[in-house]
Amino acid sequence: MPPVQSFSVSAAPTLTSSATDILAREPSGSRRLHDAWETPHNWLPRLCTVDHKALGIRYIVTACVFLVLGGIEAGVMRLQLARPENRLLSPEQYNQLFTMHGTTMMFLFIQPVLSGFSFYLTPLLIGARELAFPRLNSFSYFGFLLAGVFMYTSFAIGQAPDAGWFNYTPLSSQPYSTGLNIDFYTIGLLFLSIATTVGAVNLIVTILRMRAPGMSIDKMPLVLWSSLTTSFATLFAMPALTVGLLLLELERQWHFVFFAPVGGGSPFLWQHLFWVFGHPWVYIVFLPATGMLSMVIPSFCRRPMIGHHLVALATVATGLAGFGVWVHHMFATGIPQVSVNFFSAGSMIVSIPSAVQIFAWLATMWYGRVVLKTPMLFAIAFIVQFILGGISGVMTAVVPFDWQAHDTYFVVAHIHYVLAGGSLFAVFAAAYYWFPKMTGRMLSERIGRWSFWIMFAGFNLGFFPMHIAGLLGMPRRVYTYLPSLGLDTVNMLSTVGAFVFMSGTLLTLWNIMKSRKHGALAGLNPWNANTLEWAATSPPEPYNFARIPVIQGRDPLWDGLVTAGPPLDEGRQTSRTTPLDAHWETAVTLPDQNAWTLVLSLALFAACFGALLRNWWVMALCLLLVVVSLVRWMWPVHPRVLETQV
Amino acid sequence: MTAATFPDTVRPPSNDADEPKKSFGWWAMACTCATEASLFAYLITANFYLDLRSPAWPPPGISRPALLKPLIMTLLLLSSSAVLVWGERGIKRGQPRQLIAGLLGTLALAAGFLALFATEYRDKLHQFRPSGSAYASIFYTTTSLHCLHVLVGMLLLTYTLVRTLRGHFTETARTGVAVTTLYWHFVGVIWLTVLTTFYLAPHFT
Repeated sequence: MPPVQSFSVSAAPTLTSSATDILAREPSGSRRLHDAWETPHNWLPRLCTVDHKALGIRYIVTACVFLVLGGIEAGVMRLQLARPENRLLSPEQYNQLFTMHGTTMMFLFIQPVLSGFSFYLTPLLIGARELAFPRLNSFSYFGFLLAGVFMYTSFAIGQAPDAGWFNYTPLSSQPYSTGLNIDFYTIGLLFLSIATTVGAVNLIVTILRMRAPGMSIDKMPLVLWSSLTTSFATLFAMPALTVGLLLLELERQWHFVFFAPVGGGSPFLWQHLFWVFGHPWVYIVFLPATGMLSMVIPSFCRRPMIGHHLVALATVATGLAGFGVWVHHMFATGIPQVSVNFFSAGSMIVSIPSAVQIFAWLATMWYGRVVLKTPMLFAIAFIVQFILGGISGVMTAVVPFDWQAHDTYFVVAHIHYVLAGGSLFAVFAAAYYWFPKMTGRMLSERIGRWSFWIMFAGFNLGFFPMHIAGLLGMPRRVYTYLPSLGLDTVNMLSTVGAFVFMSGTLLTLWNIMKSRKHGALAGLNPWNANTLEWAATSPPEPYNFARIPVIQGRDPLWDGLVTAGPPLDEGRQTSRTTPLDAHWETAVTLPDQNAWTLVLSLALFAACFGALLRNWWVMALCLLLVVVSLVRWMWPVHPRVLETQV
Repeated sequence: MTAATFPDTVRPPSNDADEPKKSFGWWAMACTCATEASLFAYLITANFYLDLRSPAWPPPGISRPALLKPLIMTLLLLSSSAVLVWGERGIKRGQPRQLIAGLLGTLALAAGFLALFATEYRDKLHQFRPSGSAYASIFYTTTSLHCLHVLVGMLLLTYTLVRTLRGHFTETARTGVAVTTLYWHFVGVIWLTVLTTFYLAPHFT
């Protein structure tokens, strides 16, 4: 049994500057917490670090590398489409590029970058010192990285996935796809789905069980409602993709019958499985962005969020509704009219919780005092572009219109307005907002504004004409078009806009590289914001908080209802609380880094190649290594202590 | 706010702070079971989807599945869960020996399940191959995935057994046991859905 912690709560009822100091740093001279939480400086512990801050930043940086790769793919495609009957790319190359562009952006950029922010911020937002499963976090990262590397090795042999990011059968199955292209897609995503699922479990347990004492669920910051909703959605949606990928790989490699009509299969089965996953996934990569907005907007409107509870409910409602709209991707397949009507209505209902969020942001701006710093500019652009994307979404929910617009550039415009104009802009808002916390330095405001206006102009110049191209009948995923169709101008505009957009994006990446060394010092709370992460130092100490904060209000740094709780400095300790009321339960000791998380992910990485090349000896060896590394990873250092606590 | 309200939110550890169901590990396993349950739900839905689109299910040439063996397998798996509960009750009273006996009994019954499963597969493979029809494909895929879960469960039970033999668990320190038990019950529940879908349902149509 661990020693029972006895402590008294600091008497200071409001957060004076001295209370902030007590929370942010150990008393001068003491290094107990620092030594317990710091990652040792040798290369292996550093590589396998469990520090959620280091891993969160690694997640974000890696995702940005994939953003650049996906951006290059998009750029090459836009060059090909700039003029009619262009011969820059062959149809086969074009197929691989649009497939990898979609797959990269959906699976290797937007979800991981949002997760990266969650892994970095969640413990800081809830007054904890780590995620609930630090080693699992290290494994999640390696899994994500190696799954991405695996999928990208396909380019090295010229056989990248080429059936679109939703990979419809029979295009993706025998005999129409004979190379390794689709195997890279299925096996890579199966690997990635493991990393994503365990990441979701980690966030769920962290958010429900580690919130600072007193941070009852109604006082939880809104971005955590997004994380929680999307993590649960991941738990229930991801297996649909896993099942689809598994069945497809069995059909491709072992001639099982699932999607081929000969023998009783149905290509619709793939479509259903993919979109039962796919539509919740769209919200999984969208809701965290709305959560970020709900953090940025109050800070730059200098007032608490209006309709906090309604926004939290709207977030959960959107996540739930995401499971009931998947057939709207299949309106043009000839499915029964009843289900078309049902899913059409369902898709329109989604606009209600979305509108609740939008009106809450607008009301907060209306009643607040708007400060137009770069994060706020990105947030406002998000609202504008998301409304446009939302309207085109409601339009395609109307069945006769969808039949007209299906598989045209109108849908391409819609998804980019929601996910690039929406999620990507929110990520940029978040980057400008939290960069000072992560690095201790401010991003240049001047470059930030230039970057914003170039991105905003480029985005709308690039993607708005796609609505028109779609309405004129240009199908998506064609590698070229004829000159006489009236599509020349809109396509040229899209290409110019895309490159303007990209240069604005690169400007921010340059800003990041420049400012992390030379930016102005940030201090604890440069935006004078309301939530707990701003009570830590910038960048936070390895232990985040020197004392466990005790919360009594929703905007702790504004209402002052935060006090310094117990120090919990006997090793890597943090607090465990009840899921709803966040009543104190006990102190828990969390594990430190362990190289077997790396071995496990490398074994799975090698197993992917084994499955790809159908080498069963490699597979068997890797499986054995998986079991061994799991045992070595889980084996407790101090069995009894850990047993009672974690 | 007065300091008087603090003890409600921040209080010393309660007596049942070491209750396994409050541990992070138990919660993570519950989440894992939820996502795995969805996996089987999608597989079983795929089965009924293919079923509804076929004129006959199972297709002509494949007889309705015989029930005797799968029902015996069910009995083995359910009783193994009961034996595990009995073993866990032992460690709750601080008797690791009862837990060791329980784990060994569970493992033996699980091995019996897998042995019967192997003979069941032998018979079925004589009758029809996985690549022959959609029915065969979904049948073999789902049942072998469940079998894989039984194997993973047995690995967990063995791991727990080794830790019990090393004296890791006491009446207060038994999270690992609770986590393994939860997973094992889950594997049993999934078997009931697999049984209903692939063995019982064809007899009702």
